[in-house]
Amino acid sequence: MPRIKVKRTSTVTDMTAMCDVAALLLTFFILTATAKQPEPLAVSTPSSTYEFKVPVENNAILTIGQGKVFFEVAGQKVKARTLELIGQQYNISFTPEEVKKFSLVASFGVPVSGLKSFLALDGGERMKPGVQTGIPTDSTDNQLNSWVLQARTATAEVNSQPMRVSIKGDSKEEYPVVKKIIDVLQKQKVNKFLLVTNAEARRK
Amino acid sequence: MAELNTGGKKATPRVDMTPMVDLMFLLVTFFILTTSISTPQAMDIVKPDKDDNNKDNRLELKASKTMTILLGKNDKVAWYMGEAGATAPTYENLSQVEKSIIENRKVADASGVKGEFVVLVKPTSGSNFKNFVDIMDELEILKVKVRQIDDDNILDSEKESMKSQGIL
Repeated sequence: MPRIKVKRTSTVTDMTAMCDVAALLLTFFILTATAKQPEPLAVSTPSSTYEFKVPVENNAILTIGQGKVFFEVAGQKVKARTLELIGQQYNISFTPEEVKKFSLVASFGVPVSGLKSFLALDGGERMKPGVQTGIPTDSTDNQLNSWVLQARTATAEVNSQPMRVSIKGDSKEEYPVVKKIIDVLQKQKVNKFLLVTNAEARRK
Repeated sequence: MAELNTGGKKATPRVDMTPMVDLMFLLVTFFILTTSISTPQAMDIVKPDKDDNNKDNRLELKASKTMTILLGKNDKVAWYMGEAGATAPTYENLSQVEKSIIENRKVADASGVKGEFVVLVKPTSGSNFKNFVDIMDELEILKVKVRQIDDDNILDSEKESMKSQGIL
């Protein structure tokens, strides 16, 4: 019987092209990924099945943990404007350099009086424990109220959009602490909030 | 100058790229997975306006269609239907309250009284943030349309009964 001759080809393929593609994808993902900002107040948020992304713009995040509250408003321009407004309110003049530094700060928790010395520190020292004591929320000196109010004004000025308020609370945080913060917001007629949570699979 | 001669035959410059490709794809996968997961989700919450002068803020609730859930210590809840004190509160774990909500809604819908089934959530000082998020999430999953958060008007009778069960 005549045998069909099967031509044997080498199984070795040139992987160089594939390697190029992989490297390109990798570079793309590294560059587009937003680096996670180091947080001065680490909180573990509770999980929920809500599928609503935290807005990137026109948003202020109040981080609540260990009885302290930290503040952040989205957008560098908005941040800069907020600091100017706060400076006007508390009669502190910030240099353009300080405003620029502040516009790069993510979440922070220092009283207004300590803001200048806080901005003078470098990034690593700001994260040290004990440096950031939280924003005062006492009824006599309610700076959180001012921050939220000025951030809303700044967002309205810069982006001409209303600002949303997100609350990023620690799961273990006692409710009265959260209530105190919400009450501050409700005094400003902010009745809608976003609670930041982790994604959780929906049970069926 | 004398040149180094490493044998007459030239080695092929071909390198096996397979392990490198493997590594690359592993890294790509890692980046895809970590970037999509790290975007936090948010829960939309509306609290009742505190302005008492505004008449629109007063919502009339049907007693037979209102379920009040009090959040207490150690992931425990107390719930009752209708007005406070009319029926004795039931004490449960937060994880079990889902069933009670479903049952109460069934009874309320069958009663024929007009109006929506309302759940009133009252987080007390004993509860933590997670309890609050959990119960709001539960109501969203069960599609309870009318839900109210009330953390100002926790009645003394409610506090007493919760204290007696050691959950406040």
